[in-house]
Amino acid sequence: MAGKSSKKAASIDMTAMCDVAFLLLTFFILTATAKIPEALPVDTPQSTVQTKLPETDLATLTIGKGKVFFDLKGREVRKRTLELMGQKYGVEFTDDEKATFSLMEGIGVPILNLQQLIGMKTADRSKAGQPGVPLDSLDNQLKEWVYNARIANIEVNDKELQIAIKGDAKEEYPAIKKVMDILQDQKINSFSLVTGLRGKNF
Amino acid sequence: MAELNTGDGGGKKGDKKVRSKKQNSKVDLTAMVDLAFLLITFFMLTTTLSKPQSMNLGLPDKDDPKDAPKDIKVDENRTMTILLGDNDKLVRYVGLLATPVAGGKPKDFTYGKQGIRAELISRKAAVLDYTKDPKKGMIVIIKPGKKSNYRNLVDILDEMAIVDVPTYAIVNDFSPEEKKLLEGK
Repeated sequence: MAGKSSKKAASIDMTAMCDVAFLLLTFFILTATAKIPEALPVDTPQSTVQTKLPETDLATLTIGKGKVFFDLKGREVRKRTLELMGQKYGVEFTDDEKATFSLMEGIGVPILNLQQLIGMKTADRSKAGQPGVPLDSLDNQLKEWVYNARIANIEVNDKELQIAIKGDAKEEYPAIKKVMDILQDQKINSFSLVTGLRGKNF
Repeated sequence: MAELNTGDGGGKKGDKKVRSKKQNSKVDLTAMVDLAFLLITFFMLTTTLSKPQSMNLGLPDKDDPKDAPKDIKVDENRTMTILLGDNDKLVRYVGLLATPVAGGKPKDFTYGKQGIRAELISRKAAVLDYTKDPKKGMIVIIKPGKKSNYRNLVDILDEMAIVDVPTYAIVNDFSPEEKKLLEGK
């Protein structure tokens, strides 16, 4: 008897286990969102604070190498923002361009060059050497982007847009301050700073 | 048993084929299951861990200079001013720059546990001793200089969160004496 039972245990039927495992695997693969390569890679500073960034209703301003890039979450919000920006600067975007824009990563070009950027292939965009969104006092397009994105987010999601600043650790403070000033001019006094995770015993 | 019959039906190949068919009917799934669970673990961890961290920052309302209230009087015994300079330079003084409180003369510190944090913790306790009122804690004024970088700012804000300083503010205007402190020596 003992010999028989041990022989049974030696080969368990793993079909069901295998089924479950692959079911879960499929689920996780499908729910995982592919990470879009960042247009402007930055090395964020670290902190011990462990608040997570929200997944939706978020605009990220990436600051690095003296440039500022603008990124927005949510396809519908992006589309609406692009429409509003188009109206403001007199650029007509086709439906195709809007659809492509809604799936794109952060942008860092003046609005007049945006159509050209949208026309590129995804792989070429990150290599294109985007000059950053203009934010001088004469031509403050970043302000318009933030402003229109807030309007679009309220129209689409009926929520106030959250702003996150993702700065490079080596970026000098005046560049950060300039962006904060643009936000504060719109009465956005509360925003998030994107940081990496640091060990507890820092 | 069924395999045996079909094997017989094949005729000339005989016993060998029967045995191989029997073996095929039970594939060893262990390796496959191992791999599947490995991938599951990978995807589970990457989906939950990839969310970036963030630090919330609230800044005071920026009013027009015209209707801004004239300098609010603050007890100088409660304030510590931290100046951030280039190359991770950090200078702090307690009270007013011209007349600092005891032990509060401008002094260089380093970032981190041994440096500014120890100072912040001891000053925080000293201020509570002085005011005897938990609502009137230490006030820290952070002044990031033109040459300081973003890492310095996040580091010092992180210290505020670690030490749990009740009130802190980022101020951008420098007096000439403060500039001298950062550049000088």
